[in-house]
Amino acid sequence: MSLLEVKNLQVHYPVKHGVFSRVKAHVRAVDGVNFSVAPGETLGLVGESGCGKTTLGRAIVKLVEPTAGQIIFDGEDIAGLSGAQLRARRRKFQMIFQDPYGSLNPRMNVGQIIGEAIDIHRLADSTSARQKRILDLLRGVGLDPSHVHRYPHEFSGGQRQRIGIARALAVEPELIVCDEPVSALDVSVQAQIINLLQDLQQQRGIAYLFIAHDLAVVEHISQRVMVMYLGKVVELAEARTIISAPKHPYTQALISAVPEVDPDSKRQRIILPGDVPSPMHPPTGCPFHPRCPLAQLPRCSTEAPALREVAPGHLAACHFAQ
Amino acid sequence: MADLLARAGDVGLASGPVLWQYSRALLANRLFTAGAAMVIFLAVLALVAPVLSRAGWLRDPMQQEAAGLDEDGIPRPAGGAYRLGTDNLGRDVLARAVHGTRISLTIGTAAMVMATVIGVLIGLLAGFYGGKVDLALMRFTEMNMTIPAILLAVAFAGLMDGRVLHLAPEAWHWRWLDVELKRGMFSLFVIIGLVCWPGMVRVIRAQVLVLKEREFVQAARVLGASDARLLLRHLLPNILPTVIVLAAMSTANTILLEAGLGYLGIGVPPPTPTWGSMIFDGQLLFTVAPHIVVAPGVAIVLTVLAFNLMGQGLQEVLDPKQKK
Repeated sequence: MSLLEVKNLQVHYPVKHGVFSRVKAHVRAVDGVNFSVAPGETLGLVGESGCGKTTLGRAIVKLVEPTAGQIIFDGEDIAGLSGAQLRARRRKFQMIFQDPYGSLNPRMNVGQIIGEAIDIHRLADSTSARQKRILDLLRGVGLDPSHVHRYPHEFSGGQRQRIGIARALAVEPELIVCDEPVSALDVSVQAQIINLLQDLQQQRGIAYLFIAHDLAVVEHISQRVMVMYLGKVVELAEARTIISAPKHPYTQALISAVPEVDPDSKRQRIILPGDVPSPMHPPTGCPFHPRCPLAQLPRCSTEAPALREVAPGHLAACHFAQ
Repeated sequence: MADLLARAGDVGLASGPVLWQYSRALLANRLFTAGAAMVIFLAVLALVAPVLSRAGWLRDPMQQEAAGLDEDGIPRPAGGAYRLGTDNLGRDVLARAVHGTRISLTIGTAAMVMATVIGVLIGLLAGFYGGKVDLALMRFTEMNMTIPAILLAVAFAGLMDGRVLHLAPEAWHWRWLDVELKRGMFSLFVIIGLVCWPGMVRVIRAQVLVLKEREFVQAARVLGASDARLLLRHLLPNILPTVIVLAAMSTANTILLEAGLGYLGIGVPPPTPTWGSMIFDGQLLFTVAPHIVVAPGVAIVLTVLAFNLMGQGLQEVLDPKQKK
């Protein structure tokens, strides 16, 4: 059974104009997304800026309210929950943020930041148990326990990201949404954080939804990879398959843009014409058709391709994928 | 390390207890040290005024002395036995000005605390909840802004006619909930506090709007933090520098308003010496005895200046972005 199952999830933001704040249009940030995450699995999520991947991640941890659809977590739909009911469920799913400078309260020390998670869900019976737990968590993410009284500004970016990870781990979640957790870090530090996340996954069996725009990082950490374009999933397959044999023309262009170390490689770069259309007025039919090298009018501009299985375990949303 | 500190300073945030963190920079700031020194001097003066009078260093501010007026009933000028002269009733102006500090600082500070509590509360709630709550609270604030503070205060003061207000239903006989509407220190600081808060709301709200989108607030939300925890543990500590600056600046306003009400005759009732009522008493004799008006006037100017200097210094150090 899957840990998380997302069904037809939509997040639309109303765009208001005029004196009486009439709703003129909707930004379809996430527009009908389906996928599932198994326990202990890492699902990578890639796409360019503005494709809705961060909004999707935030909707799953309920930082933004979904407009429609279901988020079934451990067999229970959390999409409609709010208030105390939701707060009690929040223990199961956590988030790691992109900006290691903005994600820690500058007025709280490390002990308070991690302790807050323990306090909210009453996970320690005594002060000494609480203290022990905080120190164990710090050790677990590779930080010196003696730093417990220090404030965030006394740490480097990588260390701060470790504090953020310890905070997420404090409530023993089953799923962590990692929203570009390494894109703000130096390359050398990126590898350390990625390895830490992988070690923690092996020790604790946590599932990750790993959001990034760096395909190399995603391929390294994920079992399966999902590609988003304009709020829709265009392809979902095993990490190795999607890199070696992408089926959707957008994924093919994305992968051709990854720089290669081999100077003799004669791989063709696919340059897409035009810009990403506005998610306020997405193209009819296939959202990718105005930029697609394979597009055949009028079929692609009228008929939206379904996300269908083109090979076992390989889903793509293109009429011509096979 | 240096760029980390720079980034922390960039958004007006640093970690640890606010004033301790900034104490070094504050002591190096000339505006703050000058203002704070004057405020401390005034506060000490207010505290020791009764001691000075009892020890004979100052005269009794209430005593109408026969020798205080000459044979034509004209107040004594400054210099001589009465250092700053006497007023129209033969009372020592220096003693009254020094004792007036007590009223001004007490009411000014208490009203500042009240205005700050109301302003921060409304600003926090409006910024945090947004939507309809924000709309209602901000329109209410703007309504209060449109009425000049002094007019509103006069209207409130007009209600203080000695009636007893029963807050509990008559049948309950809860006498401890009765409020006697009478003029005095308590009613005065409540009135001033009630009219001085609207200016703070916008600044606080704007800060909360920025802060609540920061990732550490989002992280606390994901952890399941209640609204109370988000407001008290995450938002309030991070707007504290701004609150301190606003509080220091608004003290200048509350003191000025207290003096204004005293001048209009609706301040603390006589014979208690207040700067505002001293100016009112002295204005008829201004041509023959200008010292009666000048002494409390200078006192008001210096006090307001002191709090403004202190506020500006605090702003330069704690809240460099808000500087206008």
